[in-house]
This record gives sequence, C-alpha cells and structure tokens, in this order.
Amino acid sequence: MNEERLHAYVDGRASDEERREVEALLARDEDTAARVRAYAAQNEALHELFDPVMLEPQTQTFRMPRSDAASWRRWGGLAATLLLGVACGYGVRSWLGESTAMPPIAHAAMYAHAAYVPEVRHPVEVGANDQQHLVAWLSKRLSTPLRSPVLDAAGYHLLGGRLLPPTNDEDSAPIAMLMYENAQGRRLSLLVKRESKNRETAFRFVEEGSTRVFYWIDGPLGYALAGDLPRHELQVIARLVYRQLNP
Amino acid sequence: MSFSAAEAERWIPRLRRYAVALTGNREAADDLIQDTLERAWRKRALWQPGTDLRAWLFTVMHNVHVNVMRAAHPVESLDEQEIDSERAEALSSGSSAESAVVLSELRAALGRLSDEHRQVILLVGLEQMSYGETAAILGIPIGTVMSRLARGRDQLRQLLARDQQVAAPPGLRRVK
Repeated sequence: MNEERLHAYVDGRASDEERREVEALLARDEDTAARVRAYAAQNEALHELFDPVMLEPQTQTFRMPRSDAASWRRWGGLAATLLLGVACGYGVRSWLGESTAMPPIAHAAMYAHAAYVPEVRHPVEVGANDQQHLVAWLSKRLSTPLRSPVLDAAGYHLLGGRLLPPTNDEDSAPIAMLMYENAQGRRLSLLVKRESKNRETAFRFVEEGSTRVFYWIDGPLGYALAGDLPRHELQVIARLVYRQLNP
Repeated sequence: MSFSAAEAERWIPRLRRYAVALTGNREAADDLIQDTLERAWRKRALWQPGTDLRAWLFTVMHNVHVNVMRAAHPVESLDEQEIDSERAEALSSGSSAESAVVLSELRAALGRLSDEHRQVILLVGLEQMSYGETAAILGIPIGTVMSRLARGRDQLRQLLARDQQVAAPPGLRRVK
C-alpha cells in the first residue's frame, strides 16, 4: 500500500473504499498500525498544543489598515501601550472606534465561533453522544448547574461542547461553549459564563463580518449565541434558548 | 469588489494559531500576522470573490514568511525557556502532567523539523487544509506535499520516540 493512502486515512480524507483497505492492512500489520496511530496522535496533540492560541487575549490588536495611507502600525503600538493595563482585546478595539465595547462573553462568542465552527474534525471536545457527561463536566467546571437547550424546533441539534479559557485577567471565569448544527451543516455557538454581578439584561446584538451575536445576562449567568445567520433568524433562536432556560 | 477588513479579521485567531505553531515564538508570530494583514490589504484586489478567503490569507502569510526567512537571521524557531517553564508548570499542575510533558516534547520536536516539513504538517494536521489547498498555499505540486508530509511526520515520530525513551518511562506515548 502506498504511503499517501495511509496519510489520507489519518487525515480523514480517504474514500470509504480506501478506508476499508487501510483498515484491513492495519489489522494484519502491527508495525504500520503503530505508525498510523503515531501520526493520528500527532494531529491530536497539535490541536491540544495550539488550539488555545486562538483564544488568547491579544496583547496587540491586529487590524487591517483600512486605508492605505494609515500608519497603522504606529497607532496599533500606541494603543497597545496606552491600554496595556486594561488591554483585553475589546477595550482596545472600542478605543479605536470600530466597535462599541463588547462584554467579554460577546467577544469570546465572536472569536470562538470563528475559531471552532470551521473545524471539520475538532469542533468540540466532548460530543453530544454523551450529553449527560458533557453537561455534568461543564457544570462542574463553571461551578454552576447548566442545561443544554434543545433547539430541534429551529432545526438544530447539539453537536457537543468545549471549555474555553477565561477571556482576560480580570475575569477568571471559564466559559462553556455548546455547538449546534442543522441538516445543512450550518453551526451555532452558545456560550455560557458566570457573571460577577447578579442581574438581568435585555437581548443585545453585535455583528462583525458575517457573524452575528445576541447576548444577555440572566441572573448569575451570561449567555451569547453566535451564528452566521440573518439577524431575525438568530433572534428567534436566541428567544428559544431563553425560553427553555426560563420555563 | 473585494473583502472587507472585518471579514479578514475574523480569520486572525486561525492565522495566529498557525503562525505560533510555525515560528514557535509569539513575538515572531505577531509580526508575521501584522505584516500579512498589511500585505493582504494592499493586494486585496488580487483576491477573487467567491474563493476561500482563509486559504488566500494563508497564501499571503506564506509569502510573507518566505520573505522573512530569506532575509533572515538563522531561524530561532524554538524558545527553550518557554518550553522549560511550560514543562515545570505542567509538572506542578498534577492532573494532566503526563500529557503536557508529551506536548512540550512535541513542541520541541516540531522546532527541529525543517521549515518545509513543519509547514505541511501544520497546514494539513492543524489547519485541516486539503492536500490541494496546501499545495496551492505553498506553491508546490501536490506530490511534493505528500512526500513532505510523509517524511515530516515520520521524522516527528522518531524524534518523539527518542525523547520519550530518554525522558520518560514507557506508556506515555499516547497523548490521551
């Protein structure tokens, strides 16, 4: 068997027939099987090692220059220096005047959605096939009982979830992320995090590029729902989430 | 008609993950991203609407990276101090110490590969680019992608196996 086929198998890019052939080979050739396991473990480990980079608060705010004449680097550096004490991404962005101040949960939703939704093989850490474990695990890490809303009415099913690191130094609360998918493969991200102040807010809305986010605080928990959907569609689903959590 | 700044900025976390993995160094990675965004904006007319903006940004980043490497000082792809502190942290944190030690070894081993092998391994294994996309981003034939992938992964495997023989008892092979 040629080497290319083994790698296609490891990368999930082999056809069904090729996959069966490789599996038949691996069943009788332990050396090759060990090698293939090692390659697959490399892929897993790369994700484990580098995925957290996607969610690190950026000490430097990267922006497209917007206009060719802008001496963007200088301004970026100045902003970073001035705001070093409070730098937590969204603060710098809002200071630059582009987006209004976004609370950490909305900011995290924007970035986590962009980071994980395109993942083919690693969109979630724990799949929905073990939903009880998923919810128990996230509840434990957030130190508060969580529930996963059922969004079947909107055509979305739970894909699974993951735990995101805290968004910045001042707010050390971890964030739970649940991902949902519809029959067309379109995905929504629901983020939940403990808020330091117990209060309630109305739905608020932000968008960046094609990603839209509704976020709200309900007692001790903050929520953000992100998706690449028209605003009104996303709002319908956000209401569905809210109603399920407040029966 | 081209992309908006916000559309490109959505991909920053992905670009940054790859850049940190490629350079092994956050400062170099951040410089790379900044240069990439500036160049992408200058060349935005070259992007064809309807094609994958992410792949195009990775192509721009690759070209910037090649220029940097060509101009450069010897590659300092590995920050030993960073690795040592991560290892110490992992060892003291207890619970996931075993897998974290292996992860820091993976990072070190990755730094010992050639840039060419590292690029292919990361684009395919981490960024989940198809072999065709990887070939387009790097500007090489797909056959070269496959041979670099095979050679790179095997080198990585051998480096890790050697490290583990020296540094760790057997049984810590698997990450999970």
